[in-house]
Amino acid sequence: MKNIWNFFKGTLVLTARGSTFYYCWVIGLLALMVVGALTYIVQLNDGLIVTNMRDQVSWGFYISNFTFLVGVAAAAVLLVIPAYVYNWKPIKEIALLGELLAVSAIIMCLLFVTVDLGRPDRFWHLIPFVGILNFPQSLLAWDVAVLNTYLVLNLTIAVYYLYNLYYRREPNKKFMTPLLLFSIPAAISIHTVTAFLYNGLGARPFWNASILAPRFLASAFCSGPAFMILVFLLIRKYTRFQIKDEAIQKIAELIAYAMFINLFLLGSEIFKEYYTGTIHLAPMQYLLQGLHGHSALVPWIWTAMIFNFTAFLIFLVPDTRRNNTTLVLGSVLIFIGVYIEKGMGLVIPGFVPDVLHEIYEYVPTGTEMALAIGIWATGLFVFTMLLRVAIPIMNGDFHVADDGVGFHIGDNMFFLRRADRDRLGTESEEEPTAKPDKSDKT
Amino acid sequence: MSNKSKCDKHAFQKSRRKVLKGLAAGVGALALPSPNASASVWEAFFQKNFRELDRNELQQVLARLESEYSKEYGKEVTVKATLPIEGVKYGYGLDLSRCIGCRRCVYGCVEENNQSREPQIHWIRVLQLDKEKGVALEYAEHYYNPEEVPKEGHFYMPVQCQQCENPPCTKVCPVQATWQENDGIVVVDYNWCIGCRYCMAACPYGARHFNWTKGQLPKEEMNPETHYLGNRPRPTGVVEKCTFCIQRTREQPGRYPACEEICPVGARKFGNLLDPKGEIRYLIENKRVFILKEDLNTQPKFYYFYAT
Repeated sequence: MKNIWNFFKGTLVLTARGSTFYYCWVIGLLALMVVGALTYIVQLNDGLIVTNMRDQVSWGFYISNFTFLVGVAAAAVLLVIPAYVYNWKPIKEIALLGELLAVSAIIMCLLFVTVDLGRPDRFWHLIPFVGILNFPQSLLAWDVAVLNTYLVLNLTIAVYYLYNLYYRREPNKKFMTPLLLFSIPAAISIHTVTAFLYNGLGARPFWNASILAPRFLASAFCSGPAFMILVFLLIRKYTRFQIKDEAIQKIAELIAYAMFINLFLLGSEIFKEYYTGTIHLAPMQYLLQGLHGHSALVPWIWTAMIFNFTAFLIFLVPDTRRNNTTLVLGSVLIFIGVYIEKGMGLVIPGFVPDVLHEIYEYVPTGTEMALAIGIWATGLFVFTMLLRVAIPIMNGDFHVADDGVGFHIGDNMFFLRRADRDRLGTESEEEPTAKPDKSDKT
Repeated sequence: MSNKSKCDKHAFQKSRRKVLKGLAAGVGALALPSPNASASVWEAFFQKNFRELDRNELQQVLARLESEYSKEYGKEVTVKATLPIEGVKYGYGLDLSRCIGCRRCVYGCVEENNQSREPQIHWIRVLQLDKEKGVALEYAEHYYNPEEVPKEGHFYMPVQCQQCENPPCTKVCPVQATWQENDGIVVVDYNWCIGCRYCMAACPYGARHFNWTKGQLPKEEMNPETHYLGNRPRPTGVVEKCTFCIQRTREQPGRYPACEEICPVGARKFGNLLDPKGEIRYLIENKRVFILKEDLNTQPKFYYFYAT
């Protein structure tokens, strides 16, 4: 118990230290979080009328973000599989960072669902035995179950691993490996269940296509890893953590395959709808070319298509994949492309035209966007804090002090260019701050 | 650091603390009942799902709601929880050859069922269709507004909850806040619904409506004869829908739903599907009948027919 408390205390001190940039970043995120919280208070006060959702389009920006982020969360598995199934060392060293991204993304998912609820005060109705979770009938109940399982699973793996490294112990493989292997089907399950949530509705032909779950998985394997590549490049440049080129290259290559499958599946769906030309074509038309003069999504979806296709080419051609600039460009394009396609591009056409073929054109309000920005800031804040602890631990810059009680922090800057580090020479400061405790030698 | 800047820093900290405190209080007050809220607020907060209430608890809940509504609307409000009648399954018939699209049913329903007047919530949507194109929803006009109805060359199709025998909406509810009763009526427990709106995505008929904000219901227009699962005033953030006027139809002797009663041309028929001699059975067996979106296998108990 005492050890856990000491570790926790150490992480608090650690996260409070950093370069000027780190401080600006964290304070900026906190400010956005406050904006989000204030917006949420307004929404709680006035009701969801402050959004542009209405009976015709009953899910909007919040659920779109949720859907996209489930994909990001599932992406950790793309690192876990090569690392632990194929035992490939370069990725094994960084797989943990993927798990941390999964944790942050799931937290954002849960927040997005919560702000979408009309009665968040009745949240407890979802808790099994206390309330009534309609399991296994409702796919939303399944989603609650798998998302929370996945969150707990990833948190357990990450915390257990880091805690042991901090105390300079070898993490117990017999405990870790089964959990890691279990996280593979768990990642697939969160995405499959979320796809089925839409898929199972006969009322909405746009979603009622069996290709939906595979498409979800394919696009998830693009967006999450693309974000990870960007994070890896930043970490490599601004922290002391080493990440091998071949690891990043391998991920980029896997993204290219996943994007190909994603584009292929999308093409299959477009063919089926347009060639058959039933009245179920309407939502697809609304999305791609506009329907009866309503075309709010059209410029967005074509942007997404162009982004995704360009990125696919960039990641396919070895030269552009290896070039840092095009690699960054490709990753950004994919992240934005999939965000549009798997977010609003997937959710809104399910409702437009609505079941009685009325067209209500939905565009999120400023309130919805401010709240969404607040949640994104929260997710990035969580991710930053997790990285702030994890990276020094994995570098050996943050561990228990020699007395076994206090802690040692070897990296006070965290986010700083390598060149500046050398100039400042801030590296080897010994700071066992906690005082030796009498009762602690166990 | 100079004295002044120190002072300013304190002031900033204080104001920041105030903001945070206000924030916490705000979130607390809005999301959860405040600690000194009246006992009934807490009772409402911890209230069980309707189907799990025993007789005593149900009586308490109904009494609490009655006093709450009576106070709010300044009149004696009753909240019943009349059970389904044994051997009854309700069915609805709608004669498309008679309907003139006057929308009296829409507003009759609003008056009877205490829907919000602002923003307006309608449980019935009347579609104006082209006679040449037939029942083709994609050509339906929702907001028709001619001088006179019926408009030349058009016919009208009111759509409301179809009370499906195989309802896709109840299945998806993550907390079992909506279900089908033994008499076939699909109901919502407004005190258990969490407002996720999954049922709205699942309904193929647009029959479910959400309280996006606190609905306006003028005191003098409020109908004080209510049913727990039907027309009692709805809280913000929950889903509501047509219940075949459960507060009327479950009475003995029963009354017709408000929309049936108000229809000036007799296009609406209502009755017990299990009564072999009933009018609704006669219509189903002898007229040209169809149900909406038959291919979805929702098995509506709302039958459209052409009497002439």
